[in-house]
Amino acid sequence: MLWSTTTWRLIGQRLGIALITLVIVSFAVFFATEMLPGDVAQILLGQAATPEAVAGLREAMGLNEPAFQRFLGWLVGLATGDMGRSYVNDIEVVDLLGGRLQNSLRLAGIVTVICVPVALTLGIIAAMFRGSWLDRAVSVATISVISVPEFMVATLSVLVFAVWLGWLPALSYGVNVDSIGAMLRAYAMPVITLSFVVAAQMIRMTRAAVIETIETPYVEMALLKGASKLRMVLVHALPNALGPIANAVALSLSYLVGGVIIVETVFNYPGVAKLMVDAVATRDLPLIQSCAMVFCVSYLTLITLADMIAILSNPRLRQ
Amino acid sequence: MTNDTPNNWTARDDAMVEEAIRRGASRRDLLKMLMGSGVALGAGGGLLMRATQAVAATPKTGGHLKAAGWSASTADTLDPAKASLSTDYTRSCALYNRLTFLNEAGEVEMELAESFESSDAKTWNVKLKSGVTFHDGKTLSSADVVFSLKRHLDPDVGSKVNSIAKQMAEITAVDNLNVRIVLTEPNADLPTILSLHHFMIVADGTTDFSKGIGTGAFVLEEFEPGVRSIAARNPNYFKATGPYLDSFEFFAISDNNARVNALLSDDIHIAGAINARSLRMMEGQQGVDTSITTTGNYTNLNIRLDIDPGAKAGFIEGMKHLVNRELIQKSILRGLAEIGNDQPVSPANRYHNTELQPHEYDPERARALFEKAGVLGQTIPIVASDAANASIDMATVVQQAGSEIGMTFDVQRAPSDGYWSNYWLKAPVHFGNINPRPTPDILFSLLYHSEAPWNESQYKSEKFDNMLIEARGLLDETKRTDMYWEMQEMVANEAGTIIPAYISNIDGIASELKGLRPNPLGNLMGYAFAEYVWLDE
Repeated sequence: MLWSTTTWRLIGQRLGIALITLVIVSFAVFFATEMLPGDVAQILLGQAATPEAVAGLREAMGLNEPAFQRFLGWLVGLATGDMGRSYVNDIEVVDLLGGRLQNSLRLAGIVTVICVPVALTLGIIAAMFRGSWLDRAVSVATISVISVPEFMVATLSVLVFAVWLGWLPALSYGVNVDSIGAMLRAYAMPVITLSFVVAAQMIRMTRAAVIETIETPYVEMALLKGASKLRMVLVHALPNALGPIANAVALSLSYLVGGVIIVETVFNYPGVAKLMVDAVATRDLPLIQSCAMVFCVSYLTLITLADMIAILSNPRLRQ
Repeated sequence: MTNDTPNNWTARDDAMVEEAIRRGASRRDLLKMLMGSGVALGAGGGLLMRATQAVAATPKTGGHLKAAGWSASTADTLDPAKASLSTDYTRSCALYNRLTFLNEAGEVEMELAESFESSDAKTWNVKLKSGVTFHDGKTLSSADVVFSLKRHLDPDVGSKVNSIAKQMAEITAVDNLNVRIVLTEPNADLPTILSLHHFMIVADGTTDFSKGIGTGAFVLEEFEPGVRSIAARNPNYFKATGPYLDSFEFFAISDNNARVNALLSDDIHIAGAINARSLRMMEGQQGVDTSITTTGNYTNLNIRLDIDPGAKAGFIEGMKHLVNRELIQKSILRGLAEIGNDQPVSPANRYHNTELQPHEYDPERARALFEKAGVLGQTIPIVASDAANASIDMATVVQQAGSEIGMTFDVQRAPSDGYWSNYWLKAPVHFGNINPRPTPDILFSLLYHSEAPWNESQYKSEKFDNMLIEARGLLDETKRTDMYWEMQEMVANEAGTIIPAYISNIDGIASELKGLRPNPLGNLMGYAFAEYVWLDE
């Protein structure tokens, strides 16, 4: 019974927990923001902030209510699907966030489509031929890639491919993307940079998970019964390794939505990570909160999906 | 011709020669200048020819310019009153016009105004040019000017120049093309003040600024705050010349390296505000040039006169002798600065006192003065921060010099975030960073008047305050200059603000971009480059 009542109950539980997590995160973000020095009026006026000017601007922006009250108002609004308006420029947060989120998701999507198959294949092959030269090569490569910080990969690739060779544009946004070739060129460097980091993590986790199941007695039994190596791994070991692999993949991918600030900065790519940094710098509460919610939702969605895959792939969890 | 170029000759030197030609230097003067710096006669001739061609080049029409600034955020706005960063200024200059603007020499020129007239510097009559139209077809009239100027007085607008605008007590339309401005006190600088970027003229009754409707050289096509904006040539522009570009795209690349790389890889034509560290990398490259502007931006060491240690006689004078200006100019600012003489009016300003010498670096004298003040051997904290450009390096230079004469300076590094509200003006010894202002009056009123909001060292002098008011109302240029010279001397000797150098701005530009020239209102031609530059591809 794949879709038993237990399954539904488990999934329901996960979703409930996800919702509570969202509310907790929202409060945490609020208090963290409150601890930052200065408010939006002071920040906007910057060095020119005289007390009268700040008071005037606060008044004009409607910031005279206590911050907590404004926050609760925003939270209630969110429950009805209204993300509020940005303090800084009075534009609907949805409008500010929408385009940026699309950009982020597009980049994340391309990286996922390239990374997941490559990483899983390499990870499984490395596990199947543990100790071989192939396994060692993959291990050395992944460790080296993980150890090199991504700003280094990003900056070096710009220097080599854009400045010296002139093959690719140094910017990913604002260049003409009217043909498929141009689009590939524009996305090549950010995607490669991100793939390095993300894929390396996935390969290592996949390899470890598969090796762990290969070493269990039941897989050994399958081998003794004469199953081929490929069959042993794909049919017997993999289903049990699927849970941990899904989790590893989800963790790596969740990073792609909100954690790519360095790549967004180096390639001048307008995604949500940069939007959030802007929002924090200007203390724009509705925008900070909305960004935090987007990151949190994407993270929870991926983790919940991974959990569900684990539950569905493992009969013992369904009982 | 390129074969004749001497070693170590860079685009910067080219710019210097072009500058000299523009100022009217003769061929003989120039050759003498070049030979003085070791350039052979034959090569010198070639260089001159190149520079003369650059100066005389005729603008070409067409092309799409891509320019990258250095900061952008969701706070980007097209409302000139709220404009606060280079991005906002650049867009405002392209979309709107001011009544006046400052030319390369820092002199006032008329833009939307036909003339500014006053007999007592208190009541001004501004006559507007006729036949100027907004992007939506509406004709410019005095009502638009009255509306645009009055906005700055409304606290709800949150104007950045509210305090300066307050002196305009009465702004009324006399007829369709004449506006009368009555000031609270006489101020001969009004035409200069109205050349500030915030005083752009918008259409009467505008509340939604997202369309960017002005009288400017470009018509807005796309504007996404924090991302980019695109504008196309205004076919009905009122000026006889310009704009030359078909269209103009502006966005920001906040990371310095990314900005330089984008320029080097030909993705953009302008990379604004390049870090001096990147200059080396750019100077060896084909196809890129730099444009250097010294506008009077400075990072200064402030010592408050009202609390210890600044209140002790001799301490401040000692500090002025302990700051090694040459070292700061040469190593910290990599030569891209002019040595300062402790007063805020920079050499780019036409009132700069050229005879005022900076305090000499003299540690022994400083030591004697500290001993007199009774602070020798004490530990004095100095607050520095990344928020004040290069201040941490400057503090270290002072600390080093101090350690040699037995003074201990404790350099406290404060975070950038919140520096201006928490440390600046407050700590006894701290760093500030002041952006250029167009007139000595604004600088002095803002920074040195007894009641000044940003009186960084709490300098109070009745004589100075009186002179400030007197000079403000003077229409006699010679007398006014004399007074400003004396006031600069007073500030340099009496106030507690040490201004070691005026920092230059460097913009990276593609070689095909022509017509970019320094302007005292800021780098990138006072942010107004879009209207004046052209692409020579």
